[in-house]
Parts: sequence; C-alpha cells; structure tokens
Amino acid sequence: MTVALSIVVDGIAYGMILFMISIGLSVTMGLMRIVNLAHGGFALLGGACAHVLTNSYGIPFIPALLVSVMAVVVLALPLERLVYRHIYRFSELEQVLATIGIVFIMIASVNLFLGSTLLPIRMPPVVSSPVDLGFKVLPLHRIIVILAGLAVVTALYLLVERTRFGIYLRASVDNQATAASLGIDTPKVYLAAFALGAALAAFGGILGAELLPIEAYYPLRYMVLFLIVVAVGGMGSIIGSFVAALSLGILDTAGRYLLPDIGTIFFFLAITAVLALRPNGLLVKSS
Amino acid sequence: MTTGLQVRNVSKNFGGLRVARDITLDLPAGARTALIGPNGAGKTTFANLIIGALEPTSGSIYLDGHDISKLPEATRVGAGIAKTFQITNLFRSLSVRDNVRLPILERERRTASFLRRYDGDSAVEEEVEKTLAEFQLLPLADHLVRNLAYGQQRLVELALTLSLKPRILILDEPAAGVPSSDSHLIIDAIKRLPADLSVLIIEHDMELVFEVANRIIVLVNGTILVEGTPQEISQDPKVRELYLGAGHG
Amino acid sequence: MSANSTIAAARPQIRGAATFLPPIILLAGAFVAFWLFPYDLGFMTRILIMMVFVLSFDLILGYAGIATLGHAAMYGCGAYAAGLFAIHVSADPLLGLAIGAAAGALIALVSGLLLMRAHGLSLLMLSIAVTMVLQETASKARGITGGADGLTGISMGPVLGIFEFDFIGKTAFWYAFCVLFVILLVLRVVVASPFGLALRGIKDSPSRMRAIGTPLYRRKVAAYVLGGAIAGIAGALTAQITSLVSIEAFNFALSAEVMVMLVLGGAGRLYGALIGTLVFMTVHHIAAGIDPFNWLFVIGFMVLAVVFFLPEGLISLPKRLMRLD
Repeated sequence: MTVALSIVVDGIAYGMILFMISIGLSVTMGLMRIVNLAHGGFALLGGACAHVLTNSYGIPFIPALLVSVMAVVVLALPLERLVYRHIYRFSELEQVLATIGIVFIMIASVNLFLGSTLLPIRMPPVVSSPVDLGFKVLPLHRIIVILAGLAVVTALYLLVERTRFGIYLRASVDNQATAASLGIDTPKVYLAAFALGAALAAFGGILGAELLPIEAYYPLRYMVLFLIVVAVGGMGSIIGSFVAALSLGILDTAGRYLLPDIGTIFFFLAITAVLALRPNGLLVKSS
Repeated sequence: MTTGLQVRNVSKNFGGLRVARDITLDLPAGARTALIGPNGAGKTTFANLIIGALEPTSGSIYLDGHDISKLPEATRVGAGIAKTFQITNLFRSLSVRDNVRLPILERERRTASFLRRYDGDSAVEEEVEKTLAEFQLLPLADHLVRNLAYGQQRLVELALTLSLKPRILILDEPAAGVPSSDSHLIIDAIKRLPADLSVLIIEHDMELVFEVANRIIVLVNGTILVEGTPQEISQDPKVRELYLGAGHG
Repeated sequence: MSANSTIAAARPQIRGAATFLPPIILLAGAFVAFWLFPYDLGFMTRILIMMVFVLSFDLILGYAGIATLGHAAMYGCGAYAAGLFAIHVSADPLLGLAIGAAAGALIALVSGLLLMRAHGLSLLMLSIAVTMVLQETASKARGITGGADGLTGISMGPVLGIFEFDFIGKTAFWYAFCVLFVILLVLRVVVASPFGLALRGIKDSPSRMRAIGTPLYRRKVAAYVLGGAIAGIAGALTAQITSLVSIEAFNFALSAEVMVMLVLGGAGRLYGALIGTLVFMTVHHIAAGIDPFNWLFVIGFMVLAVVFFLPEGLISLPKRLMRLD
C-alpha cells in the first residue's frame, strides 16, 4: 500500500516535471510542424542560469527562478526570429539535423562557462522538509512540483480555451493557411508560442532539478524522454501531453520501484507498444 | 462474364459525414465517362474508393466480376486500375525518364530485383522511349521533374499513369492548374488513349468534358443526381439549374 | 532520332568514367593515407569502419528516405554477435563478419516489421526505443555480454588464415578497407537496380509509389534489412579490430552522429556518405585534440552551416561553386 502510494506520488511529481518541460515542445510541434530536438536546451539554460544566481551570487530561489525564466525568454525571442523561422520550412530530416546542431552549441556553451559537472540549484532548506499529509509524509518539494504542474496545466487550458491568443493558436494549429487568410498574424503567434514553450521548459527544468539534475548534457540525456511525451500525447494537445506525461511518470517510477533490474526495458517496451498501436498519440485515433 | 468495373451500392462515411451514398455505376471497356459535380460533391472520394486508397463503409466494387472491395491499393493497381492525381504527384527528384521507367518496372514486377541495372532491360527501355515519344516528352527526358513547368508535369503525370497499362483509368482533374494555352496538350493526350481503355474523368472544365466524354454522371452530395449522354445532360433541367446554369451562364 | 541515338551512344562512356574513377580514387586515397600517416592507422581504421556504417544508413535514409534515430541497434547487435562468436565458436574474421551481418539483418527484420509501418515522430521515437531496449538488455545480461564493463576477451585469428592482426594495425587497416570496398561495390549495384530506383521513388512520393502498385511496406522492410546487415558488418568489424564490445555501441549519440555524417556529406549519394564520414571524423579528431571540451561547438556550427547553406551536402559543393562563376 505505501509502495503503491509512493509510486503514485513520485510518479505524478515526475510526470508534472515532464509535462512542464514537454508542453512547449508539443505545442510548437503541433503548430509549426517542427521536430525540435533542442527544446530541452531551454530547460538546461534556465537551470544553468538559476545555478549561477543561487550559488555564485547567493540570490534567493524565487527571484532567481523568475530571472532565469525571463532570461530564457529573452534568448528564445531572437533565436526564433533569426534561426527557427527558417527551420520551419525545412524538411523533417533537416529540422532534426539543424536542431541537433543547436543542441550541440547549447551544450558546448554551458560547458564552456560552467564545465560538465552537476549544476545544483540551491533551494531554501524548508523545501526538503517533510510534510505530514495525514496518510503520508512527503517532502515539500514534491508537493510544490505537483501544485506548480496543476497550476500550469490550468493556466494553459484557460489561455487556450478562453483568450483571444488561444483562439489564434488553435486556428493556427488547425490550419495555418486559413488562419493567415482570416488576418491572424501567424508569425507572431509562432513567436509567442515558442517563447512561452521555452519559458515553461526553463520553469520545469529549474523546479525539477532534484529529479532531473542539471548538467551540460541534460538536453541530450533527457531529449528522448521529452520527445516520447509528445509522441505519446499527440502533437499540439495540452490534455494529451498532460495525460501522457503523468502516465509515463508513473510508469517509469513503477518500473524503477517494482522491477529495479529491468525497469528501463519495461518502460521502453511499453512505449513501443503504445506507439505501435497509436502512432499519432494516446488520445488520437490512428487514421 | 461481365468485363470492366462495376460499382454496386457503395457508401462511405467519415464519422457522421456521408461523403458517398449508395453509388451504383458501370465503367465498361472502351467507355469515356465523366464525373462532374460541384465542389465537395465527393468526386475525389469516389475515385479513392475505386483505387483502394479508401475502403467503402458498405457496398462492393467488382473488376471483371471479381469483388475487389477489400483488396489493398497495390493489388488493385496490379489488376489494372490506375489513377492520376488532382495535384501533381510525381517523383520530383527523378528525371522524366525515370518517372516513366519506374511504373513500367513495377508493372513488370521487377522492383524487387536488386542485382540487375534498372536500365538494363531492352524491352523495358524500348517501351520507356516509346511512351516518352508518345507524350512528346523526349526533349525533356533527362530533366528532373521538379524543374518542369506545371503543364509539362501534368503530361508526365499522364504518361506515368498510362505506363501501368491500366484497363480502368481514372483522371482526377487532368487539366487542373494547366494554363489554357497548354490544355490542348492534355486534351490531345486523352483523345489518343487506347480505344479499349475505360476512362473515368473527374473534371470541372466543361469544355474538356464535352470534348472527350460519351457519358456523364452528375454527383451531388455524394450521390448520383443523374447520368446520361452529354446531350441528355446538357438538356436536363435539374443539371442546368444546379450546375450548368451557373457554369455556362 | 539522330540526336537521341547520339545521347544513347555517349551514355556508356560517361558511365564508364563514373564507374571506375571513384573506386580508383578511393584506393589511391587509402594508399596515400597509409603511407602519410603511419602512426594514425588506428584512427583511420575507425574512419573506414564508420564509413561502412554510414553507407548502410545512406541506403535507408538517403535512398529510401526512412528517417530513424536508432541505427546503432543493428551496429550493436552485429558487434555483440561477432564478439560472442569469436569467443565461443570460431576466431575466423570473415565468418564473424557473416555472423555480424546476420545479427544486424535479423534485428532489422524483427524491429523493421514494426517500424516500417510508422512515420515521422513516431518512427523516430520507436527506433530510439528499440535501441534503448537492446542497450538495457545488453547491460543487464552481464553473464553473457559483460554488462557495463563491455565484452572482453575477443581474439581474432588471421584473415583468410594468412594475415595475422598486428600491433600497429596494418592488417586491421587493410582488412577494414577491403570490407568497405566490397560493401561500396555491392551498394553501387543495389542503388542502380530496379529496387534502388524504387527506393528513390518511395523517398520522393510514397503515395505515388502505392498508386503504381508497389508493395511499399515490403520494399521498406527489405531496405531496412539490407541496411541492417551492413550496419551489423560495421559493428562486427569494430568488435574484431578493437577486441572489445562496449555497451556504448547502442548509444543514441552514435545514431545521431551517423545521421549528421550522412547529411553533412550528402544523403542519397554513396560518395556523399564517405565524404561526410571523413570530414566529420577528421574535424572531430582535430577539434577534440585541440580542445576536448569544445569540439561540440565546431560540430554544431558545421551541421547548421550545411543544413542552411548546403542542403545537399558537401558532395554538392563543387557543383555549387561552379554555378557561382
């Protein structure tokens, strides 16, 4: 019973991190039809920035988090305008190649300034203190992550369903040509979606640093994981990504708890089965 | 035994949308049938049902008396049904010659062979050159298809499809996008098609339809409104009201 | 008509030069490299093996247009199969290559039956997942594979019973070169065959290939198996020449690098694969030698430059330069 509960709680916390980092990837893939292998790089850059701010300058965690996320947005905007804009038009293969090139440069940049060791982010000690929920004692960190994940998915849902930007976004995902003919400034929608995705990746990367430790090779190490969330969730679907991220988080955690020897094999076999049966994602029927 | 293609009570639903309802028609050998109708009437869907790119929800399709409704596209093509694409769909990074050569090799069941040269069979090569000459494509034979003008690409599209030597040929808007100065190339090519071939032409261009078809079927909302000779169709009040009235002013 | 026959007469001549010149250049290049860099034989042998590997991917990605990120699966299986075969059955190198090819083909067939039904992102992810499963399996099956420590204790007999492997790596170099040469000749036949033309057709327009009656799935599986067999040979070569199979044979980075090398040189061109491998490996070697931490900058910018400015790869560079005049 306690094992089951631990699996669910840890799995959900892990899934929330995966969701926050991957959702931007899912939206940009659905919107711009781009296979962006460099998306995890934004989580790395955010994490590295937070590491420098909290460790070298002693800035408290919350301001450091906000500044880091802003810094990633400031970097993402020109990157989209100058580089990604051209990549949208590329063939799938060229997109894979170009974004692998960008990942390499991101890794090398972090490596150049901070080296290839772990880049811990200092959090207030209270974060690691246990909290008694009555039925289970949890580190506060897990609860914060879960709440943050719920807040993000709710905010995104409201943004997409209730705002003008959301209408533009959905219209552009459905059909770019039609959206453009309706007078929607699709390049601006792309830019905003890209920057938002990068910001969320940085946010998730920093909050999740205890589970997915920040280091230079982070974007390559976890790239597969983020991409799998998108592939399983279905490109461009917020709810799909959310369900996929939580399921994968729980599945992976369960594998590690229950089958420590073959957890990873089990995880990837499960992914293979899902993708073979539902090539367009869990919630999307295969055509 | 009945020859040609018979379509019997074919329907197709996409979710709740019925894009083809209870269509029954015959495409006998040598016929020149035109399928016309307003946009969204389900013409291309119908073509895809015949070729096997879509599976009918109900009803059957027979080729020479054999039920082919459940066969995959590749098998139907092998049995003699071929279709051109409404939007040119060619091997853009191959030469015009290879675009014609590939369907011939496929028809001759050669594409599993990987030890011979693809241009090493003199019978195939002779046919390639003959087909290119027939469509006046010889001067362009070594050009990559992606470098051709659109009208020329439509010709390659026809040549490629005809290289399969089909008995049932579906032409999905063969002149779409072709500048009117070039459309006679397409019309001439259609007129020169082998006499025993059964041709189904899906077309908006009424001039082309009346020039080549000897039977016209009008499709509206996925169902056959009326069918008959060009003369009957042009005098049919329902059609005049629905279609020709608007089209011919 | 007369113009037509002139073209027909001219073609065999062009084909003659195009047939014989590149292999001669390749052979000459090997001799020059062997003579100029006697202390870099190990590195040059690695390049030769990698060329075999990249060629195998060229058939799948460059010709058939099937984009995967799990080509290391076949390489790793070939390496482990050849290593285990050498330890437990026979130390004959050529038999080992055959076993490596069979292992690569087998895993390509089994996974290909599943993968070749998928497209796009699903295909990329599935190919990665298959490789991950294999890597984890090799890592856990410690008793057989040596796990994370790698498979050791491989010692090879002489090639053809005559040429012993030496410490300097002369035999290894020429052994790898001969294998590369044979593979290249085989692939030249394959890509110029009806099957090869069909693969290029599949890359250009799968829907059109279906419309001319090609059993698409079977052709793709066949290409994947053939590419897998050659990748298995590359893995077997590595196992035999380095006497070691590391768990890293299944690394994702290897699959990604193969793709980079291929596109760098020019996908869909056999000599593009060779040029890309040579340039990537050499740049990697030199850049990593100068600064072991920052060579990723070089590779990263190089990849971006090619994708943005030279999408057909380095092999198209001479043509592009000529057009600039």
